[in-house]
Amino acid sequence: MSAQPCLGVTRVPARKRYVLRRWLLLGLSCAGLLACSAVRPPVVAAGWLQAGSTPALGWSVSSQQLATLRPAIYPDGHGLPPGQGLAGNGARLYATQCASCHGAQGEGGTAPELVGGEGPLTRPDADKTLLTYWPYATTLFDTVARSMPPAAPGHLSADQLYALCAWLLERNGLWPADTPLDATGLASVRMPNRAGFIAHRPTDGP
Amino acid sequence: MDVICPDATQNAPRRGAMSPFLDRRVFLRRGAQLALALPVAAQAGPALAAASDAGAIDAHGAHTDPGPATLDAPSQGVAGAGFSNYGMPAAAERRVIRLTGSNRDVPGNGVSWTPLESLEGILTPSGLHFERHHNGVPQVDPQQFKLTLHGLVARPLRFDLAALLRYPLQSRLLFVECGGNSNAGWHAEPMQKPAGSVHGLVSCSEWTGVPLRLLLAEAGVDPRASWVIASGLDAAATEVSLPLAKLQGDALLALYQNGERLRAENGYPLRLILPGWEGVTQIKWLHRLEVTDRPVMSRNETAQYSELRPDGRADQFTFVMGPKSLITSPSFGQHLPAPGVYEVRGLAWSGHGAVAAVEVSADGGRNWSLARLEPPVLDRCFTRFRAAWRWDGKPAVLQSRVRDTHGNVQPGRAALVAERGRNGYFHYNAIVSWAVDADGVLSHVYV
Ligand code: HEC
Repeated sequence: MSAQPCLGVTRVPARKRYVLRRWLLLGLSCAGLLACSAVRPPVVAAGWLQAGSTPALGWSVSSQQLATLRPAIYPDGHGLPPGQGLAGNGARLYATQCASCHGAQGEGGTAPELVGGEGPLTRPDADKTLLTYWPYATTLFDTVARSMPPAAPGHLSADQLYALCAWLLERNGLWPADTPLDATGLASVRMPNRAGFIAHRPTDGP
Repeated sequence: MDVICPDATQNAPRRGAMSPFLDRRVFLRRGAQLALALPVAAQAGPALAAASDAGAIDAHGAHTDPGPATLDAPSQGVAGAGFSNYGMPAAAERRVIRLTGSNRDVPGNGVSWTPLESLEGILTPSGLHFERHHNGVPQVDPQQFKLTLHGLVARPLRFDLAALLRYPLQSRLLFVECGGNSNAGWHAEPMQKPAGSVHGLVSCSEWTGVPLRLLLAEAGVDPRASWVIASGLDAAATEVSLPLAKLQGDALLALYQNGERLRAENGYPLRLILPGWEGVTQIKWLHRLEVTDRPVMSRNETAQYSELRPDGRADQFTFVMGPKSLITSPSFGQHLPAPGVYEVRGLAWSGHGAVAAVEVSADGGRNWSLARLEPPVLDRCFTRFRAAWRWDGKPAVLQSRVRDTHGNVQPGRAALVAERGRNGYFHYNAIVSWAVDADGVLSHVYV
């Protein structure tokens, strides 16, 4: 049985050979579903599912490995790391790491404004900012954690991130200057436009 | 006539003096004669203007060739240029490029527009596919790459590329459109730029990849699950929440684009393809899919890609791109050298399904005629439309509008703005109007 030209398999890692064998046997039992180019791909895909089995070439992942993935950060604070920070520390970090693009006081520059914003959102030229538009403060933490500053994203510590968020929220009148911000505190911040979104679920199409 | 006729078959082309659009049969019968009389009719956009320098018209209405008298030149008399491992556009065509724009302080944050006005057919060359990058193009080592599928599943799984390439593949011709495409349409004044520089955050490719539902089935999705969080390997670590049903439906894990492996800027080595949905959901450099029971509320599904309405509230998770069409020729920046017959050419698409009909107007939407849809006409794919139009040399306003197979009709701009205000920013799909003045110069207008 020569699978090579058909499957485009060039190198089969030893630990997977048994899987491949299983797959090939399955392919034969699927009565020609594997007949390469002759079969329309959607048919193949449906066939695999109907056969109750698919190639099964994935590696299993241990819970230790899963624990190394950065958790998704939800509005209720789920996924936020331990740590805390004060607005005062955030101000110093902001001045050195963020101000060049977002403006000295967060008023915006080559990057969006992070402090202030003219309401209401019904204005003809609505001002969609962190203060006026964002529904969740956890999204601020997540955005900065994953993507800011652009030259070195993903390197700020949890304490630095809480401090930066504390300062930005404090400037927007949403967090007191003298209270350290942590996971519980961040999830408790009620953003002014929290109720402003209508979540749709598309019903048409698959 | 303001009301869009929902059934275009009832809206047959107007014949006779009323309609400047030629009946297709008539056009074909007279085709050869017209082509002789007006060779410009068969030329692509920019050539429309160039043709005005052509030679004089003889007694039979044919142009005399202003070129050299000798026609017979069997070869150029010199050896040809060398050939290469990977072909490039002809030297004279190398100005057909993407217009790019990026942030001064973050060069990797920006967009590039597909030059729709310079392209024909329905496929976008991979090198001209539009881009929206948040922090540059990551260089991903295919040997190190793995996709992790985890969360609310019985068996979390990781796949390397060798494994993914051995799954059953599916190829589909699909458009991808940025949710922010055409957003200059919300501006008070019409943007005077070429069609692609305003509407070119949309492209169409053949995408080949693994149906994602196969991997989800292998992982065993928990019945409580309803969302999947998809993340990219770009420096902005772009992340969005997607309804599980779409991912168990027609989602593809694309490995190939237009026959070759993905271009780096289009997500090499793996990108998510969600037919008909806004581009931001089709995560490039996809490396992680986490099955969950609720959306994560990332920046790109709250602060961005949500649509603020006139009442101050915002629509969120508006994934499907609406029906849209656009005349690519003649369009802004082009010039009609003389009255005569021209082919009106354009693109139509809808995220809901296939294109059912495209109508064209030369009088700013008062009268409409059916355009010809050129096969193939596919689900969630560009469709090329064409209509023969006789320009009488008087000012005209060219428009197109599409109806899709679900009955959705492209709105006029006034109707769209009346319904959605001007602060929605995303999902602008209004009818586009190109004005032709008495000199044959094309500009962008609102009607
Ligand atoms: C080199 C310029 C630059 C620096 C430095 C920078 N940013 Fe940004 N930031 C940007 C750009 C550009 C965007 C818009 C990104 C986009 O739209 O893809 C942005 C977006 C943001 C946003 C989302 C704003 C919105 O309204 O959507 C936040 C929050 C933010 N940055 C916070 C920070 C913080 C905090 C720092 C400092 C740790 C920082 N940035 C440093 C350029 C910068």
